[in-house]
This record gives sequence, C-alpha cells and structure tokens, in this order.
Amino acid sequence: MKKSASKQLSLATTAMDGASTGFAGATNRSAPVLGQPPRMFLGLGRGLLLLGMVLVAAGYSLVYLHQHPGAVAIGFWLSVLLFWAMTWIGINAVAEFETLHKNLQRLIDVLVPLCFGMWILYLWEVITVGFGVPKVLLPAPSDIALRLVSSLDILRKDFYQTFAKAVLSGYIMGCGAGFLTAILADRFDFLRRGLLPLGNLVSALPIIGVAPIMVMWFGFDWQSKAAVVVIMTFFPMLINTVTGLNAVATMERDLMYSYGASYNQTLLKLRLPTALPFLFDALKINSTLAMIGAIVAEFFGTPIVGMGFRISTEVGRMNIDMVWAEIVVAALAGSAFYGITALLERYFTFWHPAQRH
Amino acid sequence: MPEKSPFFRQFRTAREFVTIVHDNVHVMNQITINTSYTPLVSWQRLMAGSAGPVTVMVIILIVIWYIAVIFMNTPWQIDKFKRAHQQWTTWELVQGTMQQRRPVIPAPHQVLVELYKTVVQKNVTSRRSLVYHSAVTLSSTLLGFLTGGLLGIFLAVGIVHVKSLDKSLMPWIIASQTIPILAIAPMVIVVLGAIGLKGLIPKSIISMYLCFFPVAISMVKGLRSPDPLQLDLMRTFSASKSQVFFKLRWQSALPYLFTSLKVSVAISLVGAIVAELPTGAQAGLGSRLLAGSYYGQTVQIWAALVAASVLAAGLVSLIGVVERVVFKRMGAH
Repeated sequence: MKKSASKQLSLATTAMDGASTGFAGATNRSAPVLGQPPRMFLGLGRGLLLLGMVLVAAGYSLVYLHQHPGAVAIGFWLSVLLFWAMTWIGINAVAEFETLHKNLQRLIDVLVPLCFGMWILYLWEVITVGFGVPKVLLPAPSDIALRLVSSLDILRKDFYQTFAKAVLSGYIMGCGAGFLTAILADRFDFLRRGLLPLGNLVSALPIIGVAPIMVMWFGFDWQSKAAVVVIMTFFPMLINTVTGLNAVATMERDLMYSYGASYNQTLLKLRLPTALPFLFDALKINSTLAMIGAIVAEFFGTPIVGMGFRISTEVGRMNIDMVWAEIVVAALAGSAFYGITALLERYFTFWHPAQRH
Repeated sequence: MPEKSPFFRQFRTAREFVTIVHDNVHVMNQITINTSYTPLVSWQRLMAGSAGPVTVMVIILIVIWYIAVIFMNTPWQIDKFKRAHQQWTTWELVQGTMQQRRPVIPAPHQVLVELYKTVVQKNVTSRRSLVYHSAVTLSSTLLGFLTGGLLGIFLAVGIVHVKSLDKSLMPWIIASQTIPILAIAPMVIVVLGAIGLKGLIPKSIISMYLCFFPVAISMVKGLRSPDPLQLDLMRTFSASKSQVFFKLRWQSALPYLFTSLKVSVAISLVGAIVAELPTGAQAGLGSRLLAGSYYGQTVQIWAALVAASVLAAGLVSLIGVVERVVFKRMGAH
C-alpha cells in the first residue's frame, strides 16, 4: 500500500513539475547521454564531490578529536559548522537530481538518506566527545559500537531468548490463530458480524497491559512473552484477513458462481489470493508489534536473559552504552524481520499493482 | 345489475368510488408503509445488524470467562479446603473460586466490584482511587499526543515542501516504523530523571515520540493527495504556495490526519503506560499494573486494564466525534 501511494505521490510531483521538465526534455533531445540535460549531471557531480570532501575531512576531524578529547578549540567547531554547510549543500544537490535510469535513481535514493544518517552519527559523536557529555546521559556512537562488539556473546543469548523463542513462536501462533478465526468468521456470517466490531475495538486498546497477567499464568520464561505476542498479533491478522476475503469484486465472484465453483474452490482459487496483500499488511504490522510485545513483557519479569530484561537492568545500573547496544540489536532485528516479510510479500503477490514497478 | 356489497353501497357511482380512492391513495400508501415498518420483534430481525451478534459474542465470552474462572481457580480452592480440613460440595467449590482474594483469574463481577470500589467509593485525590491514576496517565497521554501530533504535522509540511528533507529524512521515518521504539522508554525515563526531569514531562516525551511517526507519514501522504488536475487549477489561478497549502493541500489531508490521530492517540496511551513502569510504581495506570504484578493483586491488574481500555476507547471515539463534526462543517454528508 505504502509503495503504491508513494508511487502515486512521485507521479503527482512529476506531473506538478511536468511543464518545466517536459520543456527541458524537449530542448535537450539532442543531448546524447540518457536524455538528461548536462548541467544536472554537473550538479550531481558537484554534490558528490562536496560530500566526498566532507567524508574525508570529517574522518580526519574524528581522529583529531579522539586524540585530544574534551580539549578542542573554537577552530574545530567552526570547521564542524563548515562541514554542516557543505553537507547541506551537497545533499541538496544530490537530492535535486532526477533521472529516468532506474538503477542510478535507486542508488541516489539510497545515497541521500545514507549521507544524512552518517551526518547525524558524526554530529552525535562530535558533540558527545567534544563537549565531554557524561556516558550515563548519552554515550558516543563509538562507545556503543565498542560495547556492541565486546559483548556480542550476551547480545546473542538475549536475542535468542527474546526473538527466536518468544517473538517467533508467538508470532506464528498469533497470526495462525487470527487467520483460522478469520476463515471461520468468513464461513459463518453471524460470527463475522459479531467478531469484527469487537476486533476493531480491541485493536485500539492497550493490549500490552495483559503482560503482567500472562507472566502470572505462564511463568517467567519465554512462554508468557509468547502469550502476549499471540494476543497482540491475533487481532490485526483477524481484521485484515476478513477485510481481504471480502475485497473480491462482484464480477469475479459471479464468474466463479457461473463456473459452479464450490465455497472451497472460490476460497482457494479466488478469495485467498485476493486477500494476500491484506494478509501481508497484517504480517508486517505484526512483525513490529511482536517485537514490542515481547520486549515490554520482559519488563514485568524474566529469567536473567532477554533483550527487555537486559534493557531494564542495565538502565538500573546506568550502563547506558549497553542499553544502546541492545537497542541497536533490536532495531536491526526488527528491520530484518520486517524486510524479510516484505520480500516474501513481493514473491507471493508479484501480480499486485503495488509490486509492479 | 349485480347486488352491491355493503362497502360499495356508500358510494353513489363507481366513478365516485374511483375518485375517492384516487384522492386518498397517498393516505393509504402512508398507512401501508407505516404498518410495514412497525418494529417486528423476531430473532432474525435482532440478528440482522451487527449489534445483535456482538451482544451474543460478548455474552459467550463472559460465559467462557466464568468457566475459566471455575477451572483455573479450582486447584487453589481445593488446597484451601484441605488446609482447613473442611468437607466441601461442588457448589461450595464453585462459589469459592469466585470469591478468592488473589485469584488466578478474577470473575467479571469481582473486577466490577473492584472498579466500583476504586472509582466511586474512593476520593478522587486519594492514591487508591483509579480515577486519580487514570488522570495521571491521561495527562501525559494528552500532552504527548498534542506535541507529537503538532511535531508530525510540521515535519510533514517540511517534507512536502523541501525536497532534500523528503529524500533524506523520509526513508528514516519509514524505516523507524519497523523498529521496536518502545524499548527505549526505560532509558529515556531514567536518563531524563538523572538530569532532574521527572513526572509528567519524560512520560509525555515518550508518548510524543511514538505519536509523531504515524502522523508524519500519513500527513505526507495526505498533503500530497490532491490530484494533478487540482494542483494545475491552483496554478492557473496563480495561487501562491501558502494559498495552495491552506486552500487545497490542508483540506485534502484532513481525512488522513484523523485516521492517523486515532492510531496515535491509542499508542500514546500505550507509551504513557509503559513509561510508568521503570520509575517503579509511583502513580498512573502503568504503576497499578506493575504494583499488582509485584504483590499478586490480580483483581487490581484487571481493574487497571479495564480502566486503560475505557480510556483508549473514549479517546479514539472522541477523535471520531471531532472528525465527524469537522467533516460536517466542511460539507460532507
């Protein structure tokens, strides 16, 4: 959905500037390279050059900073300001560039946010180290990275406990149960009309609050976290599947009817495939919800391992760099989980307009 | 001429009958319409909409709940009888499962009684009053929601108008939707507490942080939703950028705004509740949950959960009401 929308957006913006770009394209038809006006390449080149210069200079300044921590002069901060201006101009120049070459455009679209992210990290590092911000408030990215590398073993155990045991099992059970209930609700209309409003209501409620109850029922280990994840993922899946199963157009349904297709045939050959994009939407929403559910449920009690446990205890000990390392792992795991779901979506719903671009 | 029936005898001619019928046909129609719409209390009619099925489902769920109460609380109850060396009948056992002070799962009426005790019977300013704790959570929820919503809107306006912001910031905002942001809540609370910020502000910062992502994303979508024809029209009017914004973009973005506000007020409440956990049970619904979990006060946990749910449902439907009023004033039907 997001993709189709953003595609539409970009269409809208290009149409907005349609007059100017169309005109430029017409005048530069003689230009041999890609049909782009050369001065746009000039802008891109200038921007990339600026960013490259900043990269080298900023790298050098970091080395300098770590040799003289907390004792940098005004000249250093002035040069940081200069880098800031250069980055801003460079990013602007690169972001302005638009091309019809798909791969080049994709590269640019990755490069711009990457540069922005690196700049934020650089600023974070320079400010925390340069001003000597205490580590208990905000550790520098380099501290976090060091901590991450040095405690990989603990992080791996926490990840295994929280993600592999609690999140994955809860996710599979919750999504499966939601899906099966939706099929049942589809078969019996009464159930659908009774359950759907309830499901809509429940999905707006703070379900995470059941965590202490689940900890009491299923104990401190991963089972209670999986139970929270089951409850959190159940309702989005239920609602989306029911909506998806009803998204079939009347014409298609009539066609199946005229073939004399049974309920099961219509379900398997028409309605489930139509519902797939909705299913994957729910799977993607649930991938984030499952992580949140498991981590927050661990705040209510765990054995001495797990990402949520580590976060809450290390916060108590003021080891903030360890907390950040754990958050980095959680972020990576969350993004990878989401990304894999999105890849599966692309594989299974390749026919859907949102995927064809 | 055939004999007239008594009914027809009151008319002199057939023509008079036809005229009278013709003149009164709308009255007759009215009568038939009215009779056909008299409420017919039948099972089918009750179950036709969604209100009936929902009621049935709720009743079924409550019955399941009671059955679960009996089965899950039985072991402890039997234990209790044995310790007291007491003979017990099945009926006494069933009664006992619904009257425990710390049941594995409290019966619905126990939760209702607890709610009545802590909402109605306690003074609002008392620390035992659920209204007091709800108000604490609600205040940080609302503060976070307002600031987060405004921040999201401003960010979206920036992203729509500044191309490099769109290219550099937007991918990060979308990517951050995939990470469990709530995990940083304890750190934010403790770190801000270390520099002297305590109470309302840190909690609402977490709510704000959770709120602004959905608002920003949908507002970017919404502000870009006017179709090219409408934008071209504004261009032919030679409208300035601010005119295009206030007369076209803002209006088209409103449906997106309200949808995202409903999402974000719900997660704002979640953020406020989770933010109350690490400070260790001082005030608020989150602390009620945590305290209940420490001391095994299950009835208290369930009551806090019900209060949180009522709060969430109320906030979401409040935004729904505002949405309807706004759209009505904008001319929607």
